[in-house]
Order: sequence, then structure tokens, then C-alpha cells
Amino acid sequence: MLSANLSAIFYLVSGVLFILALRGLSSPETSRQGNLFGILGMIIAITVTFLSTGNFSNGFIFVLIFILVGGSIGAFIAYRIPMTAMPELVAGFHSLVGLAAVFVAISAFLNPEAFNLGTVGNIKLGSLIEMSIGAAVGAITFSGSVIAFLKLQGIMSGSPITFKGQHPLNAIILISIIVLIYLLCASQSSNLFWILLAVSFLIGFLLIIPIGGADMPVVISMLNSYSGWAAAGIGFTLENTALIITGALVGSSGAILSYIMCKGMNRSFFNVILGGFGATDETSGKSVKEQRPVKSGNADDAAFLMKNASSVIIVPGYGMAVAQAQHALREMVDTLKKNDIKVSYAIHPVAGRMPGHMNVLLAEANVPYDEVFELEEINNDFANADVAFVIGANDVTNPVAKTDPQSPIYGMPVLDVEKCKSVLFVKRSLSPGYAGIDNDLFYKENTLMLFADAKKMTEDITKNL
Amino acid sequence: MEIDPLIFRLSIFILSIFVGYYVVWSVTPSLHTPLMSVTNAISSVIIVGAIIAGLSGNNDTIFNTSSIFGFLAIALAAINIFGGFLVTQRMLAMYKKKKKDK
Repeated sequence: MLSANLSAIFYLVSGVLFILALRGLSSPETSRQGNLFGILGMIIAITVTFLSTGNFSNGFIFVLIFILVGGSIGAFIAYRIPMTAMPELVAGFHSLVGLAAVFVAISAFLNPEAFNLGTVGNIKLGSLIEMSIGAAVGAITFSGSVIAFLKLQGIMSGSPITFKGQHPLNAIILISIIVLIYLLCASQSSNLFWILLAVSFLIGFLLIIPIGGADMPVVISMLNSYSGWAAAGIGFTLENTALIITGALVGSSGAILSYIMCKGMNRSFFNVILGGFGATDETSGKSVKEQRPVKSGNADDAAFLMKNASSVIIVPGYGMAVAQAQHALREMVDTLKKNDIKVSYAIHPVAGRMPGHMNVLLAEANVPYDEVFELEEINNDFANADVAFVIGANDVTNPVAKTDPQSPIYGMPVLDVEKCKSVLFVKRSLSPGYAGIDNDLFYKENTLMLFADAKKMTEDITKNL
Repeated sequence: MEIDPLIFRLSIFILSIFVGYYVVWSVTPSLHTPLMSVTNAISSVIIVGAIIAGLSGNNDTIFNTSSIFGFLAIALAAINIFGGFLVTQRMLAMYKKKKKDK
């Protein structure tokens, strides 16, 4: 049996390894090594836990069985999941962390002796506070992630669900959670504990339903953050350094990602969280919409334009993921490169349904990462490029964000696509994007609309090159 | 006067938030998806709590209400640990540099 001091030191080591795992992600070269640090940290934490309980009875066998069962399911999912489904997968994984935190809290509440937290009905006050916070945040993470998962998977409509009195109701529930935690600590009543859990599940559900599909990058990041705080809450209860460090890391990581995503849309965090964006704007946008002439072309025209270009910038968006067009796109780019045309990719921070979504899809299609650029890096190059090829993106290219203070997306950083000599816009119809507003780019003199499925159009262009 | 151990844990927590803040800002935006999947995997270190919970029964009654929740939590966390690290590994393996010979 490991002494408490020694195991605390090992937990610290595993916490440090987790920090190194995140540090590795600062560049793709070091990232794989970073992931190994993470795995090592996890192995140390689990081994130390076994050694410190010193309990290798029959229960130990069952622990191994459950790890194996869960592990095989996890490994199976990890190998089978298509890269386009990554947002759903991450949302699903968040829900599991949340639920695991809830279960650990329940277990600790029912049997506090096992955790040295006191006895049933007489749990140490500090532990009870930490435990109930961990359980409440875990429950919110769980139900919120389940809703996010259903929305991303398309089982539930991605459009915001709003009703009258939604915000006051949420506010009342949030306040009641705090009151419940207070009463629970005062009375140690198990009934209050179960009510607290039920109410937390409910609020997680209510918080996410009003948020629309394209705001999912913020939601996923936020739930990522919550899962960290839940882990930290449990870490305080168990007095476990590895868990506290990890919880803080994950919590701040998710918070930073949410911030980056909000900044990419020029909206405040609360504006996103309160939801309903796009639902109201859509109707007003449609009523003022006038018929304006657009130029539309076919694959032949597009191929002609690109063949005569010397540099092409590709702007991918969520539509590319939906159409699974990343491989077809890379084949087109290969052909362009054979003709000595310089090709680069421009990624908007909120393109896709989660942070970095487009980068992963392009990497999957074997696009070298040094051809892929972020908004700030590439935005000045549009003026010197011959062709911009917009595939599945819309709002992030809308020049209205720079010109019309009335527009709901005014102030949002956008890619300066209109500065290109010509713009090719692959889209199925002229319908407005998520923000519900018309894209001025469609009607510009130098824009050629290619109305088709992204994958099919890209393949046709390749044939015509 | 002795300092409550809670204060030490709180110090670790606050300092880790700062470490997290600086480390995450240095993550390149193209790796934000692997960042989410790896944070997912490491937050499942909550499995240490689940293991303690699962082992809380004695030899006669391995399964009591408390330990069953522990075992369920072990399975959930294990899905996340294996799934999270492996899918991250799979993603990171795809990030390649331009081939020089072309």
C-alpha cells in the first residue's frame, strides 16, 4: 500500500504530464509526443489509485472488467468514427465526463466512509459543498451535451427553440440550485441531493435548446469548460491533486476556446448563451429581400477561370463537411498544382461546427498543414489572388459585416473574399446563411455562382481542368 | 496556527488555471479540435474517484448501491479515456507537412 504522501506526489506528476500534453499541441510536430505524455499521465494516475487503495480483492477484478468493457467501446468508437462526425463525438464524450462526475458524487454521498469524508448524514461540510457543486455542474454538462449531440447529429432540429419566459425561468432554476446546495449542506438530506441533481439535469437541457446550430462551436467549448469544472469539484472532494489540476486546465481551455469562438463572431458570450440568434432575424431578412441579378456558371466556366489563374485561395465552410467534399477538393487542388497554380486555404475561426473543424477535415484529406492559414494570416492575400473558391461557407465571407452597421453580423471579422479578381461560390441555392441575411457577395460583378452539391461540383471541375 | 489543507488545494487550483490559460493560448488554432478531444480524455482522470467508489464494497458485498455507481462511472470514464486519446492520436497522425520531393 502506497503512503498518502507518495501517492500525492505521483498524482502531481500525472497532473504535470497533462500540462505537457496540452503544451505539445502548440505545433503539429510536438503534438503526437504530447498525446503520449497524456496517456502516460493517465496510466500513472490509475496505477497509483490501485496501489493506494491496496485492495486487490474480487472488487479489483470487476474494476478491471469495467475498464476493459468501457475501453473497448471507446477504442471501437475512436477507430470507426468518420472525421466529419467529430463535433458529435466530442459532445458525446463531454456528456460522459459529466455523467461520470455525477455518479462519483452520488457514490461519495451514499458511502462517504470510503472516501474519508465522514459518515452518512454527517458528511464534512466542505466536502459536501464541493461534492454538490461537482454533481450539479456534472449534471448540467451531461444534459447540455446530450442536447448538443442531438442537434449536431441532426436528430433534433438545429434551429433555436425559444418560448416566452425562457430567461426568467432559467434564472429561477439557477437560483434554486444555489438555494438547494445551501439547504442540502444545512440538512444533509438525501432527498434534497436527488432534487438538486434533477434540477441540474433540467437546467442543462433548458440552457442549450435555444442555441442554434451554427453557434455550436461556442456551446461545445463551453461544455468542455463545464466538464473541467465538474472534474475539479470532484477533485476537491477527493482531495486529489491530479483531478484538481486537470479540472482547472480543462476548465480554462474550454473557456478560452469559447472566447475565441465568440470573438470570431463578434458577439458577446451572453448573447450566444441566451440563444435565439437567427430565429428572429431570418423573417426580417426575407421581407426586405429584393430580386437582384446573379451570374451563375457551370463547372466548365469555373475550370476555365482557375486554369488561367496564378493563385487560388480556397475558403471551406460547414457545407464542405456536410457534402464530405474534402477529398474531392484536394484532388482538384492537386490538379491545379500540377498546372503551377499556387493554392492556399483560408479558415475562418468559426467555420464548421467546432473549433478547428475544417483543419481536421483538410488534414484527413492529406492537405499539408502549412498550406492552411488562419484569417489574420491570409486576409491580406485576397487582394493579390486571382480566384477565391468558396465551398460551403457563407456568412464568414459576407462583406456586409464591414459596411452595414444595421446588419446583425456587423463587426464580425470576415474573410476579404470580395477583393479577389474573381470569386467562385459553390452553393446549392441563394438561400441566406445561418445569420439569416443575404450575402452581398452573390451579387458582385466578379462573382460566379456555382449552384450544385459541393462534392459533385468539385469533381466536375477537376474533370474539366 | 495551522493552515487548512483546503487552502493548499485551492492554491494548486488557482495556479493551474493560470498555467492552463497560458498553455492553451499557445495552442495553434489548427489543432483546436485535437485540443478538445485530448482535454476530454484527461478530464476523465475522474476515473480515480470512480475506482475508489467501485472498491468501496467489501468482499461479501462487492456490489452495493454506492459501488454500483462507482462501477458505472468507471465504464463511462474508460470509454472517454480510450476513445479520447485514440481519436486524438488518429487526428494528429493526419497532420502532415508538405512533401519536399514534390
